[in-house]
Amino acid sequence: MKKYTYTDKKDTRSGFGAGLLEAGKRNDKVVALCADLIGSLKMADFIKEFPERFFQTGIAEANMMGIAAGLTIGGKIPFTGTFANFSTGRVYDQIRQSIAYSDKNVKICASHAGLTLGEDGATHQILEDIGLMKMLPGMTVINPCDYNQTKAATIAIAEHEGPVYLRFGRPVVPIFTDADQKFEIGKAWMVNEGADVSIFATGHLVWEAIQAGEQLAEMGIDAEIINIHTIKPLDAEAVLKSVAKTGCVVTAEEHNRLGGLGDSIAQLLAVNNPTPQEYVAVNDSFGESGTPAQLMTKYGLDAKHIVEAVQRVMKRKK
Amino acid sequence: MTKNVNELKQIASQVRRDIVRMVHGCQSGHPGGSLGCTDFLVALYFNAMKHDPSFNMDGIGEDLFFLSNGHISPVFYSVLAHAGYFDKAELATFRKLDSRLQGHPTTHEHLPGVRIASGSLGQGLSVAIGAALAKKLNGDDRIVYTLHGDGELQEGQIWEAAMFAPHNKVDNLIATVDVNGQQIDGPTDKILNLLDLAAKWTSFGWEVMTMNGNDMEEVVKTLAEAKSRTGQGKSIVILMHTGMGYGVDFMMGSHKWHGVAPNDEQLAAALAQLEETLGDY
Repeated sequence: MKKYTYTDKKDTRSGFGAGLLEAGKRNDKVVALCADLIGSLKMADFIKEFPERFFQTGIAEANMMGIAAGLTIGGKIPFTGTFANFSTGRVYDQIRQSIAYSDKNVKICASHAGLTLGEDGATHQILEDIGLMKMLPGMTVINPCDYNQTKAATIAIAEHEGPVYLRFGRPVVPIFTDADQKFEIGKAWMVNEGADVSIFATGHLVWEAIQAGEQLAEMGIDAEIINIHTIKPLDAEAVLKSVAKTGCVVTAEEHNRLGGLGDSIAQLLAVNNPTPQEYVAVNDSFGESGTPAQLMTKYGLDAKHIVEAVQRVMKRKK
Repeated sequence: MTKNVNELKQIASQVRRDIVRMVHGCQSGHPGGSLGCTDFLVALYFNAMKHDPSFNMDGIGEDLFFLSNGHISPVFYSVLAHAGYFDKAELATFRKLDSRLQGHPTTHEHLPGVRIASGSLGQGLSVAIGAALAKKLNGDDRIVYTLHGDGELQEGQIWEAAMFAPHNKVDNLIATVDVNGQQIDGPTDKILNLLDLAAKWTSFGWEVMTMNGNDMEEVVKTLAEAKSRTGQGKSIVILMHTGMGYGVDFMMGSHKWHGVAPNDEQLAAALAQLEETLGDY
């Protein structure tokens, strides 16, 4: 098992803030919009540097999505910022019609995704956003794993033509990827090569998968761990290659098990190479108030649950 | 080339004939609102707006128009065709398989002249504001126009946008509302009364103008006046009073013609009246 260490922990939303500032410096077409959550989205540095390229829409997310679509007509590259819950379900029709169906180059940037927003509870959490966004034709869906990767992804999507959903979170998580990494949309990242089981993880569950991999190594299980930071388009080649070698799969995500990364992998395998699979995901429920750590444990999203899922799936391996 | 009022009336007559033919041809679509808004759209594209039928999505240096109430696509498509965006023969494909003229306008089929999909009501004003902001950032002093139905104002997003534009001094924007008092289920004041629209827009900080949208002379004059008031820190809305089905007597003023296609006999009657009263293009 390859060794990953960290010296610092940070929230991925701060990676977005840093990436947005950098994207703004690199390209003067980049503009930003926010629906009364500048602090939560870490957009202050961008606003300070480029006040004329920022639009405060107030608590009016539908209008924000429409304005973003309109800004692309004139060549701008708009980044919208609000909580994931209000970036998706609340404005699904606006995204579907004015952005996705209209082929507009809008970057929908969504903080506080999943349930580890914590104490605010289920009204401000969302576990269905990946499913909602990946169903939209032409929409790219990205869920990076740490601060550095979120920053790199934010810079990368500014250079990508087409609508993007970028998902990140509030809790602090270990920074274990390189600061100067190149982010390739749609290209899965091999975290650890292994032979016994494929663990496909996304978001901050990649770190949990690494922890699980270390525990599995002590049990004599050689896990292949792949970071699926881009859920759509899915890197089918990387998934199929890994599964052909290991013969069983665990998927790990902070999302409802219905409609998320696990289902994308299952769908790919069902058609190409039916394979035993276990899901580490929220079991079709809403979240609740609690600390991020408490919620990770209660809803079964930590390294321990990944290890257990591996043990289950390996028994089903042919 | 800017057309005069008499020339505009002749084009409007042809557009109205196109509308009834298109809706009859596929036996679906929305003739009532389309006929009511014909004079406005003809005046906009052939008199008020600077635009280029060779069509560039960003429209830098051009005036832009966004149709928010996308169900009146027949009038939009016909006006675009007459303005040279695409061949008039293509109007016959309206709402048919493999057509670029979808039931509601879309960019997805790359029809020149269309910059946003519309049909799900309430979204066009926000998009227009975004395009107007982009023009300001680009140092482009042209104007953005929109059209909305009065029933559409029942959508909440309209009022989010209505709050935003004056607050942010979006003064390169002229929104128009087709006040015909009808929506699909009946008269607007019976379905969900909009009450005093002028007072509503005024209270949101807009400069409100009104006009008879079926009097070509008045439409041309009001649009010119509205244009002269842009760039002064205010967002402008024109409340445009029209008759649903204007130009075809048996359709006039009835919500029943909101989304119904004429049969063969009705088409013949409509065409006869349009030929007779408004002349040929």
